Amino acid sequence: MTQVSLTVDGKTQVVDVDEDTPLLYTLRNELDLKNPRFGCGLSQCGACTVIMDGEAVRSCILPTPAAEGHEVTTLQGLGTEENPHPVQEAFVEETALQCGYCLNAWVMTSAAFLEQNPDPTDAEIREALTGLKCRCANHMSFMRAVKRAAEIQKTASKQGSLA
Amino acid sequence: MIAPPRSAATVLESLLNRRSMMKRTGALIVGMAAASHVAPGRTLAQTPVASGPDPAPPEARELEPTALDTWIAIEADGHVTAYFGKMDMGQGTDTGVAQFVADELDVAFERVTVVMGDTSLTVDQGGGSSASGIEQGSWPLRHAAAEARRVLVELASQELGVPADQLKVDDGVVSAQDDTGTSISYGELLGDQRFNVELEWNEKYGNGLDVVGLAEVKTADQFRVVGQPVPRSDVPAKVYATYTYIDKVSVPGMVHGRIIRPEVAGAMPVSFDETSVADIPNVQVVHRGGFIGLVADNEWHAVKAARQLKVTWSDAPPPFVPMESLYDYIRETPARHTNPGVTANVETDDGDVEAALAEAATVIEAEYEWPYMSHACLGPACAVADIREDGGTIWTGSQKPHKTRDGVAQLLGRDIESIRGIWVHGPGSYGRNEADDAAADAAILSEAVGKPVRVQYMRNEGHGWDPKGPAAVLTLRAGLDATNTVIAYDFHAKGFSAHDVQSNASDPGDIIAGQLLGMPRVEKDSFGVPEESYGFANKRLGWDVIDPMLWNASPLRTSHIRDPQGPQTTFASECFIDEIAFSLDVDPAEFRLQYLTDPRHIAAVEAVMKEAAWESRLSPNPEQDDPAVLKGRGISYAQRKNTVVAIVAEVEVNRETGRVWPRKFTVAHDCGLVVNPRSLRNTIEGAVMQAASRVLYEEVAFDENNVTSLDWSSYPILDITDTPEEFNIVMLDHPEEPPLGAGEPGTKPVAAAIANAIFDATGVRIRRTPFRPERVKAAMDANSQ
Repeated sequence: MTQVSLTVDGKTQVVDVDEDTPLLYTLRNELDLKNPRFGCGLSQCGACTVIMDGEAVRSCILPTPAAEGHEVTTLQGLGTEENPHPVQEAFVEETALQCGYCLNAWVMTSAAFLEQNPDPTDAEIREALTGLKCRCANHMSFMRAVKRAAEIQKTASKQGSLA
Repeated sequence: MIAPPRSAATVLESLLNRRSMMKRTGALIVGMAAASHVAPGRTLAQTPVASGPDPAPPEARELEPTALDTWIAIEADGHVTAYFGKMDMGQGTDTGVAQFVADELDVAFERVTVVMGDTSLTVDQGGGSSASGIEQGSWPLRHAAAEARRVLVELASQELGVPADQLKVDDGVVSAQDDTGTSISYGELLGDQRFNVELEWNEKYGNGLDVVGLAEVKTADQFRVVGQPVPRSDVPAKVYATYTYIDKVSVPGMVHGRIIRPEVAGAMPVSFDETSVADIPNVQVVHRGGFIGLVADNEWHAVKAARQLKVTWSDAPPPFVPMESLYDYIRETPARHTNPGVTANVETDDGDVEAALAEAATVIEAEYEWPYMSHACLGPACAVADIREDGGTIWTGSQKPHKTRDGVAQLLGRDIESIRGIWVHGPGSYGRNEADDAAADAAILSEAVGKPVRVQYMRNEGHGWDPKGPAAVLTLRAGLDATNTVIAYDFHAKGFSAHDVQSNASDPGDIIAGQLLGMPRVEKDSFGVPEESYGFANKRLGWDVIDPMLWNASPLRTSHIRDPQGPQTTFASECFIDEIAFSLDVDPAEFRLQYLTDPRHIAAVEAVMKEAAWESRLSPNPEQDDPAVLKGRGISYAQRKNTVVAIVAEVEVNRETGRVWPRKFTVAHDCGLVVNPRSLRNTIEGAVMQAASRVLYEEVAFDENNVTSLDWSSYPILDITDTPEEFNIVMLDHPEEPPLGAGEPGTKPVAAAIANAIFDATGVRIRRTPFRPERVKAAMDANSQ
């Protein structure tokens, strides 16, 4: 067991875990977070995605100590119903889910992507989200939601620059 | 014998007596354990665990189907709780039910909470089953809500001194229609008390359960919420990460379990070496008969221990034929007939098919092949069980938690009523997946170690050990006379039974742990034929099944996956219809219209043709502007129970790589009354896209020992880069008619539409799925030689 200091959703905490414990298990079991979730444990589906220093990463294959010294954001820390992230707002507006079990993958990856590319084409959205899995096959709604999120983000930044 | 409903007068009397007693004593009589407070419009399934790691499920309720209180409760603040014995798998079924309840009770949608899937709170309405959530499952709630309104208005009539027929209800507030005098709310009338009103029950449990009171349900002109695109209530909680799925259910003292499966399917654990996991703290191995699993305090330790534990397995012969000979095996293995009294499974037998074929001027034949498929749920199954000496609780993502509870209780040798099953939303579920097996595994481990146990399968177990959709060979023949009229049509499916394990887990012999522990099971022959209305003079539709390759605890045991056998049978039949049209030099859509007999079928095909701007021409597509990207279109249609779906797929086939891209789907969908167009659009898109995934990519791979497609790279599914550019839906709404199922029907016609479009694009007919690039490329290459 080793002590690791983690900064997750703006809070720094020290956890005591095996060095090889994937970050996913630590987030769920030690920090009691609901949303990065186990889909494959093989970095193939994205259900475990968190944003680390602005990059979407798969927490199921990242050893916990590798997250030390980095800012980790989970879906819970991305935004709230009262103060939503544009991607969350768009996913709610577009009902961009069926069961929602994979939602973490799409929302977190889209959030990191739109930071880097705020005005993407359809082809760029597809390329950015390729590999993520949704078994309910709600891909049409994801495309709508990501485009909607880009619009929300644009409107918000316009308002921000006017203010 | 159905008990007659109590007269309205008796009911009213008892209610009024209790109200006057309340007034006298000032005491609130709480006759039922009302659900703990739930935010409006949320489903309760998440509530017991949403508030923290210590779920205290609401107290059990009386669950007599004949009692109105079983279905509807009114809280003092006017909040309405509807107790629904089915589950939502992500299509918004609970939202649809809440819309009906809101309309029948004349309350705002936001006042209604739907509680689902807890054996102590809801009656067994069959769980998620056969796209029946709205088509069948909404009726008892609707009838109960209508009766509740009637009783509440009667009660208000007495209170207000206004005849009931001169009262109106507006968002749960009853007042005189002429707006004179005072008003009274449902909460004031009945808040937190029982109705004590009896309903007439048809004495069925499961999908067909219904109850009725004295009230009539509303008609289409009276709907306010039904038919509206009401947003699903569960969405914000899921997007803002406050929703608790099955994988985050946590019980005090809970430990983590994992199961160990053999490398050679059919091998049994003989012994294990405890020292092989000695370096991992607090590991406890549980070995009972053919069952072996372990628990650890820490989840990661359980994962590592399960990988590390040395188990000695019995020598088992390789159970399977090589994958490449699967279809020959199906063809050559004798059909069996195990259903009592059945010697042949012929669903339609009009005229004399063999005689007509013998007379035909031309006979067309084709054979189609469909592989085993995996549910491949997004997350492998998870369950928590807390089994104690005197009873226990199972938290499960199974779409039929009542049946799961029944099967697991019997597996443990317990009284069924002593075990509570609580459904908690898991990964999307489309049939008999491995969720039931995980629940049983957790229960066995919990009983053995005397602690609550959480089991989550690993990815390879989700893909490798779930019940599979049956592989099949489908054979079709058609006879044409000299005038090119179809005079004979013969469809025959042969494959593995869809009930090698039953579609629910109420029999422990259908659960993998039950099989490992030697529970007997009842095999049932089940496959199916297409549901269509082609008016061919001599027509026969039949099926056969064969024995499984491995009888016990097989990773290739077969059961239901979404629209069981519909994709297989409709793939074959709707491709073959195109093949007949091709041989006759007729446009395939026009050929369908020529022979279809059911007016709703014709209407759906015509609607999709119109929406897709279908122009009459022959296949293959003569106008290819780019030899590197071949374009084609395909049509197909199907009925599923009572719902009709017609689809046009427009595809692009890359000549170099063989990749098929469904560029555009157009769907005409007739499911009677459209309850919620927003939910329906999502449901249709998901059903069609999942079906596209199945036909383009999905196939369970195996060798002679075991399943070998164990993750997303060996079992690929649809990717977002495959998403169509356009997806147009025509909802053929029938507000005056009852609502029909929508969860499965969209799945059915997709494979054939894509196959027909590939033929239109390339001139190549591929009769074996999936249409992965390498297969399509090889078929094109073979065709051009």
